Amino acid sequence: MMWTELPPGLILLLGGVIAAVAPHHVRKGLMLVLPFVGFWQLIDVPNGDHAVVTLFGAEMVGSRIDSLSLVWGYIFYIAALVAGIYHLHVRDRMQDVAALTYMGSAIGAVFAGDLITLFIYWELTAVTSVFLIFANRTNASFRAGIRYLIVQIASGVLLLGGLIIHWRATGSVNFGNLGLDAPGAVLIFLGFGIKAAFPLLHNWLQDSYPQATVSGTVFLSSFTTKMAIYTLARGFPGAEELIWIGATMTAFPIFYAVIENDLRKVLAYSLNNQLGYMVVGVGIGTDLALNGAAAHAFTHILYKGLLFMSMGAVLYRVGTIKGSELGGLYKSMPWTTGFCIVGAASISAFPLFSGFISKSLIITAAAEEGYWFVWLILLFASAGVFHHSGIKIPYFAFFAWPHQAQKTCREAPLNMLVAMGIAAFFCIGVGIFPGYLYDILPYQTDFVPYTASHVVTQLQLLLFSALAFAWLMRTGLYPPELKSTVLDFDWIYRKALHRVWRGTVEWGSETSGALTGGMRGWVNAIIGFAGRLGRPDGLIGRTSTPGTGVLWLTAMLGLYLLVFAL
Amino acid sequence: MSTATHAGFSLLANLPALQVVVPMVAAPICTFLRFRNGPWAFALLVSAAVFWIAVTLLQQVLTHGVISYEMGGWAPPIGIEYRIDEINAFVLLIVSGISLVALPYALRSVEREVPQDKHHLFYAAWLLCLCGMLGITITGDAFNIFVFLEISSLSTYMLIASGRDPRALTAAFQYLVLGTLGATFILIGVGLLYIMTGTLNIIDLADRLGPVSDTTSVRAAAAFLIVGIALKFALFPAHFWLPNGYAYSPSAVAVFLSATATKVSVYVLLRFEFTVFGGIEAFDDLHFARLLLPFAIAAFLVGSIAAIFQTDLKRLLAWSSIAQIGYMALGIGLGTPDGLTAGIVHMFNHALTKGALFMAAGAMFLSIGSTRITNLAGVGKTMPFTTLAFVLAGFSLIGVPTTSGFISKWYLVLAALQHGNAGYFLAGLVLFSSILAVIYIWRIVEVAYFREPAGGAVVKEAPLSMLLPLWALTLGCYFFGLETHYSVDIARQAAESLLGIAR
Repeated sequence: MMWTELPPGLILLLGGVIAAVAPHHVRKGLMLVLPFVGFWQLIDVPNGDHAVVTLFGAEMVGSRIDSLSLVWGYIFYIAALVAGIYHLHVRDRMQDVAALTYMGSAIGAVFAGDLITLFIYWELTAVTSVFLIFANRTNASFRAGIRYLIVQIASGVLLLGGLIIHWRATGSVNFGNLGLDAPGAVLIFLGFGIKAAFPLLHNWLQDSYPQATVSGTVFLSSFTTKMAIYTLARGFPGAEELIWIGATMTAFPIFYAVIENDLRKVLAYSLNNQLGYMVVGVGIGTDLALNGAAAHAFTHILYKGLLFMSMGAVLYRVGTIKGSELGGLYKSMPWTTGFCIVGAASISAFPLFSGFISKSLIITAAAEEGYWFVWLILLFASAGVFHHSGIKIPYFAFFAWPHQAQKTCREAPLNMLVAMGIAAFFCIGVGIFPGYLYDILPYQTDFVPYTASHVVTQLQLLLFSALAFAWLMRTGLYPPELKSTVLDFDWIYRKALHRVWRGTVEWGSETSGALTGGMRGWVNAIIGFAGRLGRPDGLIGRTSTPGTGVLWLTAMLGLYLLVFAL
Repeated sequence: MSTATHAGFSLLANLPALQVVVPMVAAPICTFLRFRNGPWAFALLVSAAVFWIAVTLLQQVLTHGVISYEMGGWAPPIGIEYRIDEINAFVLLIVSGISLVALPYALRSVEREVPQDKHHLFYAAWLLCLCGMLGITITGDAFNIFVFLEISSLSTYMLIASGRDPRALTAAFQYLVLGTLGATFILIGVGLLYIMTGTLNIIDLADRLGPVSDTTSVRAAAAFLIVGIALKFALFPAHFWLPNGYAYSPSAVAVFLSATATKVSVYVLLRFEFTVFGGIEAFDDLHFARLLLPFAIAAFLVGSIAAIFQTDLKRLLAWSSIAQIGYMALGIGLGTPDGLTAGIVHMFNHALTKGALFMAAGAMFLSIGSTRITNLAGVGKTMPFTTLAFVLAGFSLIGVPTTSGFISKWYLVLAALQHGNAGYFLAGLVLFSSILAVIYIWRIVEVAYFREPAGGAVVKEAPLSMLLPLWALTLGCYFFGLETHYSVDIARQAAESLLGIAR
């Protein structure tokens, strides 16, 4: 009874609470054992709504287990286990607690049957995950973490606003297929969109993930965005806007990924591009497309996690992850190289690797529904993915031009290798035997990925992409890896707004006199005014004489008498 | 066995009287107990008994409905009637419960902050104050309210002034002047009502006010009463006594008063606004309650802003209290069932939250000897349990989900949203003020966790006798944030009975 009624997310969340006080070995034990417990619960508990409570007059469903949420539940627990193993050597209470509570909240959000529960978990993922970024304990990561937190909280606030409007208009907080026309749905949609890294709302991802710790990035990359994809698939399947949003997402990060030098940031861009496929799948909204989105989320978590893990291992051993400073590591880190190539092959959708069997679902669905333009973009994006994630990442990290210092570095620690091995095993296994994955998808499917036309199309695409890379490298046309920071849309708020701000302030100080200080002057004036009121010696904050009090009291009485008696 | 049953029977029937009489009789006895810890133990015992009575009364009310008790066997409206319904049973529970939790905490704190030879007087005043507040709450007689108000006020002045901080004397004096003025207003209001109706019993008053309601006298009475009560619950701009009163009084007193005194005054306001004047049609077009709104909004904005700029933790908390009172007044001012529920439930939640916060501040004062924020650097390391409790209770003050503060704000925002566009504006202001709360709580977090402790004196964690009550209240904030059955349901029942909505 308890077991059935226990909301799934609580298993890891409570584990996180225990980890807050438990010693190192217990914490690691929790991270290894709890995913199994949670997974077993998902298998054991029948489908349906559990843990239903009525609070504030709204029916809240703590645990909605159905075929859609289960796909995410399974893969989240697998990811939790793999990342937990990868994280095994780290002695840091802050990261352990943050990781456990973060994963628990993400799982809780997936099984939330109503918007209020979803909102609570939604915000929890934000406030717990930010500590994985803080845990790097550098000034840059602290600032990136604060930026990340602001964006994530904003997403939650949008969700809250939307849910209040929705609730007041419909009287229901049930989280089902909302559709964009429902009251408040646009706000909810935008809230989801921030976490799903929609174009122009995406910068938090590239900004923060590369700043997290080695294993922190692995945790982060698996949960937040995929949780958002789930909520889109649950709330807005078949919303046509999503197709175009998703298509944009698949295409534009490629250019950034090609010129970016920080390899973890490259992966963050390619993460964005992969999310685009899922968003397109959700937007098309047919059974096949939704299956595709779910399957792609499943495989994507594995291979993207694998790629982040291999880059994390490089960062851990070499101390840098800049493409321009790496190269030739295949000799000293052969296993990591191998695993990275498996991940690269999967993300590039090589036949017999996991990406192939999920991506082709979405691409086929686009073709079936007649979205030919979208279909073309997706094909182009596939080629691009191969370019930056399939070739660029392994090439610059492990091959390219060897640098002196890296010849002596050691292979990644055993636990990292085991974690990567498990992920690689799944990548290949799912690729060869797609039936196991197709069986757990939300809708019945008789899709066959390995038809001649699929395989040939994909191989052609990959070959031409490889050819392009080789030709560009040969002729020296390939954008060189430069020690630079690529500015994206975040340039708008990090630099341009800053300049506008500076400009205003300068303009303000130049024309000072009547208009002192521009914007900053205004802000300072407001704070100063509040301070003059509130400080202990301020107008309101100060200790007044009894006479002042009496005066105010009399004024208040006068007002009341005026209103009432006259 | 049979005698015990018989005694129990009559005891149960006379609980309303005992609720007030027990602490009243205990107070003079307390002055004779001049050995170490004697007064304290005695006050604790009395408090426990009073709490038990309050719990039993609440149960009786919830099962059997309103209790009407005739003092001395004189039938109302001639005699004094003690009348207990959901709302005042709920307030009785808050007041006696807080006293019971605050007393164990008081032991060490009072030892440090009140001279040893004054302890018996201190605890006697505490009991009198408790008696006064319980009396205000339980009585169904308007003049009786004034009498108990004076009892609680006089003992409060004494409690505030009992510490070693000389600034407490001026604070108590200021409260004395303003408090007397407020009580006088209340007396004038009650007097005017008596002249017009010839009765003091509240239920009787409500019945007889109808025919004379459209007179200047009754309206003036309403104005006097509201302003007088507003002073007692420190609604801006009648708040002047509160910041220093809480900041410079002994820590245990700040805990006790912040969690109870203003709540009782809010109750009195509810009683007059809704039970007495609520049924009068002539008052409807005056938007009687609405006039509270501008004051309420000013209170929570100004209170929060002032709290941000304070340099002393206890003063910061006191200003934050002024802001929180604004929220309660906002809920009441909205005048809808949801608004009232929000106001009442916030009364309860804020008692828990602010009680915990003042306890943490007092514990820091005990160990560090100051609550200046600059002196609290690194307290997160030296007093981990106290500081953690402070932060957790601070979350409740901000209104983070899963805390009781969230429940209050949730209902408040919902109630505000029922008022169309103005409601969106109000809800926006409430949320803005919550952000201000984040700022002032964060100031403390930053100093406590991100600054290194100053060298010199070794700071010890607070004693267990302080930590246990502190954590009890802190966990209470979370318990009532998750399990809203008790607090919200009772508050809703109370709101509906005040508004006269038939259930």
